[in-house]
Amino acid sequence: MRGFWKLTWVEIKLYFRIPIMAFFTLALPPMLLLLFGSIFGNVPNPAYGGYGTVDVSVPAYSALIICLSALLSLPITLASYRERGTLRRYRATPVSPATVLGAQLVVQFLMTLAGMGLLVLLGKLVYHIRFDGNAWEVLAAFALSCLSFFAVGLLLAGILPSVRLASIVGNVLLYPMIYLSGATIPSQIMPEGVQKFSQFIPLTHVVTFLQGLWRGENWSQHTTEAIILSALLVVCSLAALKAFRWE
Amino acid sequence: MPQVIQVSHLRKVYGKTIAVDDLSLEVNEGEIFGMVGPNGAGKTTTIECVEGLRCPDSGEVRVLDLDPQKQEHSLRLLIGTQLQQTQLPERLKVGEAFDLFASFYPNPDDWMVLLKRLGLQEKKDTFISRLSGGQQQRLSIGLALVNKPKLVFFDELTTGVDPQARHAIWDLVREIQAEGRTVFMTTHLMEEAEKLCDRVAIVDHGNVVAMGSPASLVRKLAPESRVVFTPVKAFDLQVLKKINSVSHVDQDGQKVIVYGRSIAISQPPLISEVVNLLSTQGVTYEDIRMEQPTLEDVFLLLTGRAMRD
Repeated sequence: MRGFWKLTWVEIKLYFRIPIMAFFTLALPPMLLLLFGSIFGNVPNPAYGGYGTVDVSVPAYSALIICLSALLSLPITLASYRERGTLRRYRATPVSPATVLGAQLVVQFLMTLAGMGLLVLLGKLVYHIRFDGNAWEVLAAFALSCLSFFAVGLLLAGILPSVRLASIVGNVLLYPMIYLSGATIPSQIMPEGVQKFSQFIPLTHVVTFLQGLWRGENWSQHTTEAIILSALLVVCSLAALKAFRWE
Repeated sequence: MPQVIQVSHLRKVYGKTIAVDDLSLEVNEGEIFGMVGPNGAGKTTTIECVEGLRCPDSGEVRVLDLDPQKQEHSLRLLIGTQLQQTQLPERLKVGEAFDLFASFYPNPDDWMVLLKRLGLQEKKDTFISRLSGGQQQRLSIGLALVNKPKLVFFDELTTGVDPQARHAIWDLVREIQAEGRTVFMTTHLMEEAEKLCDRVAIVDHGNVVAMGSPASLVRKLAPESRVVFTPVKAFDLQVLKKINSVSHVDQDGQKVIVYGRSIAISQPPLISEVVNLLSTQGVTYEDIRMEQPTLEDVFLLLTGRAMRD
């Protein structure tokens, strides 16, 4: 266990020493929030059910951060550890794969959570955002979304042999997802066809889930999202377990 | 002397390539044992099967009375490992790496002392990526020692390291042995094997082709000494054949190379016989020297001179 916490702490330090990922999770979303907040303000908008742009953007951008951590940060970090032989070196010690992967998942989760925390803080301080939900329910949905997306990331890390490929595939999956799911551009302003198509994008369900709970709905109204994300979690975790390689 | 490693009839195949075929060796407690061989001879595959990092296709491996496959975790606690071409995250600091690796073991060594011994104490807060090749290798040796192992594995320890750093690393390996640990290493540097190892196994095509102390291998397999000199004027080289122990004579540009055996202690050394003959023949020469056969001669004799890879 001591090894696990040490490794987690080391990974947190490394996260900030190569700050590209920290930029995407901790700096970019708040910048987007300020940018669109300054353009549209946070006046109640009937298109968003009486909420303002910033009100709906905070949960949407949280989904964006989950996606960035899961599809870029996690697989690229693991692929680079495999490429450099770091995983092989760990393998020659008594630490288990669960320790190595677990530490990485904890760090990615904490950073994603911190990213959402920053958005909430900024929203509260600058735009006095409305929050009508139950914080615990939102956190639980956030955690489920993280887990299922991280499982996708682990699977990618397992099947993609190099950092190059991990970043190409990660980006190819990421961009359509973040633009079509409502994580960056509100889906309400998209054509109906796109809205229908976006139902096939897992991230759409994270956005719907988080925004719904934000407005004060509860989990029982979002069983579809919960089931889809749970299924993604189970399937990808099992596949990732099979695909994992030390070298 | 008790044996710490026993490998018998080890075989490992990758696709169609037979990496290791029917390889057997034993390593005794307290010795520095080296595997030498050309690239692709199967050294790394063998050492990794012994470390439990690879699963042999057949054959038996016992390390410290454990099965590296079935008792991997117990083995990890007892051995130290330096792997070829593995790198830790480049933004990790030296001290952090030691602290991290120490946390993986229940009863680690005081890594600050280790750091000092390796001459890395001033590098404690340096990023690993900023270390020189020699410092990186010392770091990897240090990390292999952090659990106070009885048995240490070094795979191509001094590859890419300059001569000064190489000698420092050799001293370190000798110290590790003096502390009562056993060292199992691979190298493709014959000089390294000859200077460092108590016993070597010469490996080629996945098989041990010769095993023993470097001196005994040289005595047994490459007993010919050479006398090399540059005659001032050309002369008939056939006269050198008059010496009984001379086997043949070669010419390399201006240089003359006389090959011969002088095994018996009663026999005068080859060089004095050559000098005597040349003076009776009135041949003048410069730069005369005798070259003893080395492990490299044995190695080339056994593995041939053809280019590999």
